[in-house]
Amino acid sequence: MLLRRCGTDALLVEVDSLSEVAAVRAALEQLDGIEELVPAARTVLVKGALNQVRDALKAVDLTKAPTTHSREVTIPVVYDGPDLALVAETAGITPDEVVRLHTTATYEVAFCGFAPGFGYLTGLPEALQQPRLDSPRTKVPQGSVGIAGEFTAAYPRPTPGGWRLIGRTEITLFDARAETPALLQPGDQVRFVVA
Amino acid sequence: MKRSVTIIRTGPQALIEDLGRPGNAHLGVPPSGALDQHSLKLANRLVGNPEGAAGLELLLGGLALQAHASCTVAVTGPTTEVRVGGRLADSHQPIHLRQDEVLEIGTPLTGLRNYLALSGGIEVDEELGSRSTDLLSGIGPEPLRDNDVLHLGTPNLPEGADVVTPHHALQTLVIPILLGPRDDWFDDAETQLRQGSWTVSDRSNRVGARLSGTRLNRRDGEIPSEGMITGAVQVPPDGQPVIFLNDHPTTGGYPVIGVVDNDHLRFLGQARPGTEVRFRPVG
Repeated sequence: MLLRRCGTDALLVEVDSLSEVAAVRAALEQLDGIEELVPAARTVLVKGALNQVRDALKAVDLTKAPTTHSREVTIPVVYDGPDLALVAETAGITPDEVVRLHTTATYEVAFCGFAPGFGYLTGLPEALQQPRLDSPRTKVPQGSVGIAGEFTAAYPRPTPGGWRLIGRTEITLFDARAETPALLQPGDQVRFVVA
Repeated sequence: MKRSVTIIRTGPQALIEDLGRPGNAHLGVPPSGALDQHSLKLANRLVGNPEGAAGLELLLGGLALQAHASCTVAVTGPTTEVRVGGRLADSHQPIHLRQDEVLEIGTPLTGLRNYLALSGGIEVDEELGSRSTDLLSGIGPEPLRDNDVLHLGTPNLPEGADVVTPHHALQTLVIPILLGPRDDWFDDAETQLRQGSWTVSDRSNRVGARLSGTRLNRRDGEIPSEGMITGAVQVPPDGQPVIFLNDHPTTGGYPVIGVVDNDHLRFLGQARPGTEVRFRPVG
C-alpha cells in the first residue's frame, strides 16, 4: 500500500488489486469527517480527516475482503444486445449460455465513475471477460448492459461507449431528484435476472 | 403569490449556482457549484441571504431582468456597470429593485464571471442537495434562457455591514501547487513546473482551465482510472496541463502532477483566455 499526497486535504491510497481497494474502502467509510471517498481500479481517493485515515490504514488487513454488503440489488435485463452474438462467438458458446453465465454470477460494485450512477461491477465469469469494441459507439442507449475486460455495467444515460452490449434494462439507474439518486453504490451486491 | 423575476436576456451564459454538491464523487457526481465561491457568498451576504443560497453565475455579465416584486439584489465578481431603470447603480452594494424595475448588468472589463444574488435566493428543486447547474453531467437546472421566470424564496434582513472587495483580475497568475499524487511520472516535476509558463486557453470552461504553453514531459501510457479532486492538474499525452474546476469528472486516467491550492481556484474561474499562468511548487 502506497499513500500519495493529493493536495493539502486528500490522499490517494494505491493498492494492488480490486479486493484490496474494497478492503481500504470498507476500513475508511466508517470514519467521521470524510468529505469524499472514491474507490477506483487500484486506488481509493479520500478527502478529509487525514489523521484518522492514516491511523485506520495502519490497522487495515488488505487480505480481508469486506463480507457485509450494504445493499443487494437485482437488475432485470432483456438479453437482446447488438453484441450478444459477438460475445458468444468470442467465448465459443451459444448466446443462451452467455445469458446463463451473466445471470448466474453475483457481482459487486467496485467503483462508480465515467458518468453519474455508472457502476463498474466485478465478478464477471471468465468466458465473458472480453475486450472493448475496436471502434466505440458514438451513442450507447440508456439502460444498455455491457461487458468490458473484467467488468460488467449498465449505462444510466445515453453516452458514447465501447463496451460490448449484451442486453438492456428499464430500471432507473440514476435519478438526481430521487431520495437515493444512484441505484448502485460501491460495495453493493448485484445480480442480473432475465426480464 | 411567489416573488419572481423574469430574465429579459441572459448574456453569454447564465447559470444557477450555489455552493455545489460535494461528497457524491463515489457516485460519479461532480461537486459543481459557483467557480468563484467567494464572490457568490459576498453577493448573498449583501442581500441578507445565507451564503449558500442559489444565485446566478454570469459569464461576462450581460444579463437583464425585470423584478415582479420589490427585492434586493447585489452584483459581485469583477467590477462591471450596473443599471436600474437605466440609471447607474453600484456593483458590490445592495441594490433595491421596485416592482417592475429592470436591472441590467454590463460586460466586465476584466475577469470572467459576475455573480448576482437576489433576496430570498432562487428557488428551484434541489438535486443531490444542491441547486447548481452541472454542465458536465447535466445535473441541476438547465442554463437560463431569455424569458425564463425565476421564483425567489423568503427574504431576510441584511445583517450589518460587510467588507467589500471587488475582484481584481490579474494579468499573471502565480499559483501555489503541491506536487503529487503522480509527480513520479515526470522528470523533475518541480523544475518543470517552476520553469514553465502557460496561458489560459479559450477551450477552458467549468470542467477545467486548459493551459497552453510549455510542454510537460511525462512517461507514456495511462493509469487505471482514479479519483480526481478539484484543483488537480492533469497532464494528457500532449503535455498541456488541465486544472480541474468544479464540474470536473470524478475519475480520470491521466497522471496528476500536482494539486492547486484551494484558495486560488477562484482566480482560475475568473481568468480570461490569454491570462498568463505560472506555478509555484510548495511543500
